[in-house]
Amino acid sequence: MCLGIPVKIIEKKGTRGIGEIGGVKREVDLRFIEDVQESDYVILHAGFAIQKLDEKAAHETLSLLSEMLNDTPKTR
Amino acid sequence: MKYIDEFRDKKFCEKLAMKIRNILDEEREITLMEVCGTHTMAIARYGLKTLLPRNIKFLSGPGCPVCVTSNADIDKAIACCRTENTIITTFGDMIRVPGSSSSLLAEKVNGSDIRVVYSPTDALEIAKANPDKKIIFLGIGFETTVPTIAASIKDAKDNGLRNYYVLSMHKVMPPALKTLVDSEEITIDGFFLPGHVSTITGTGIYEFIPENYGIGCVVTGFEPVDILQATLMLLKQIKNGNPTVENQYTRTVRKEGNPAAKQLLAEIFEPSDAEWRGLGIIQRSGLEIRNRYEIFDVEKNIVLQIEETREHPDCICGKILKGVSEPPDCPLYETVCTPENPVGPCMVSSEGTCSAYHRYTEYRI
Repeated sequence: MCLGIPVKIIEKKGTRGIGEIGGVKREVDLRFIEDVQESDYVILHAGFAIQKLDEKAAHETLSLLSEMLNDTPKTR
Repeated sequence: MKYIDEFRDKKFCEKLAMKIRNILDEEREITLMEVCGTHTMAIARYGLKTLLPRNIKFLSGPGCPVCVTSNADIDKAIACCRTENTIITTFGDMIRVPGSSSSLLAEKVNGSDIRVVYSPTDALEIAKANPDKKIIFLGIGFETTVPTIAASIKDAKDNGLRNYYVLSMHKVMPPALKTLVDSEEITIDGFFLPGHVSTITGTGIYEFIPENYGIGCVVTGFEPVDILQATLMLLKQIKNGNPTVENQYTRTVRKEGNPAAKQLLAEIFEPSDAEWRGLGIIQRSGLEIRNRYEIFDVEKNIVLQIEETREHPDCICGKILKGVSEPPDCPLYETVCTPENPVGPCMVSSEGTCSAYHRYTEYRI
């Protein structure tokens, strides 16, 4: 039930916006997040954006994982 | 960056699984509990249990809101359906959950006007379009969902709507986690904490778990890479004897959570005692509508005839929600209780542990 999906905000008017994922568009209530702009991604839950996705943090996670790929595997 | 495909990357999954195997002491059994129903589904859907060594055990916890709703509350929801001149609005997950002698679906077949909505704001639209009817929203959910329902109550007040009512069966996570670790019925070595609950609450609410109980915690996202990375983080905490609250889901969860959502939740709701299936009555683990918004509270405005609550004697959903038992331990599982004809909520809800087992567990000969 706590399912939330990342959607891209493609339109914004005040605290209402339109989010898009895979070509599907949905109305999004943006009242819970500040400073969201068009082309930002948010987590959509029950019609509401509950957080803006942090692109920098996502890149940090992925670069950590990419570094890990280059680790020499231990044998055991 | 689309925030989905990147976190389903097979090469990351394989490497993480290898690192997990390398860090693990093969002798010891490690039990990790995923608190959230959405994690239960992700673990089952991506077959993560088969990717990891057998001595890592994933247990499901009390994190599916439909599943932890007590029979008494479901009976209350069913009683709402039997009131005159009402339209019931609900999230789809609730529709097939059996109460003592009926379900919302059975009430719908009997002529009640029950409508599944995607958002509480859809229920408000129904209220606006039907001014001569009472619109009841069946409020279930944890901290993730409650702010959206709080927003609907706030909007109803601001728009002068007087025919919108909420039955508040909401629950909050920390007291249930405390009850679970206090009960000592199971030994848990680490918790995957719910990513979207934490998006609202922040990570501070879990500090008592490592501090008082010495159990490691990782706030976890919902893609396979997230869950495997969190597994590795938990195993490192266990290995180093350094339990703490770490955040794997940094792209979404901030330490302070979502202040605006928390503020609206606290404006509309206040803590109350609540009954959880399996865990019993837990102090201050529920939420009731504050007095200043009581004109929207079902329990203060609508007289309900609630039937006497009965439980199915063989259903072990309560034990499954505590992690004490698993679905195959239940005599009803896949015999009497199936998704087509569910006896307990864990088989009904798309996030229920029995449903996840039924859908994704391979048959072993």
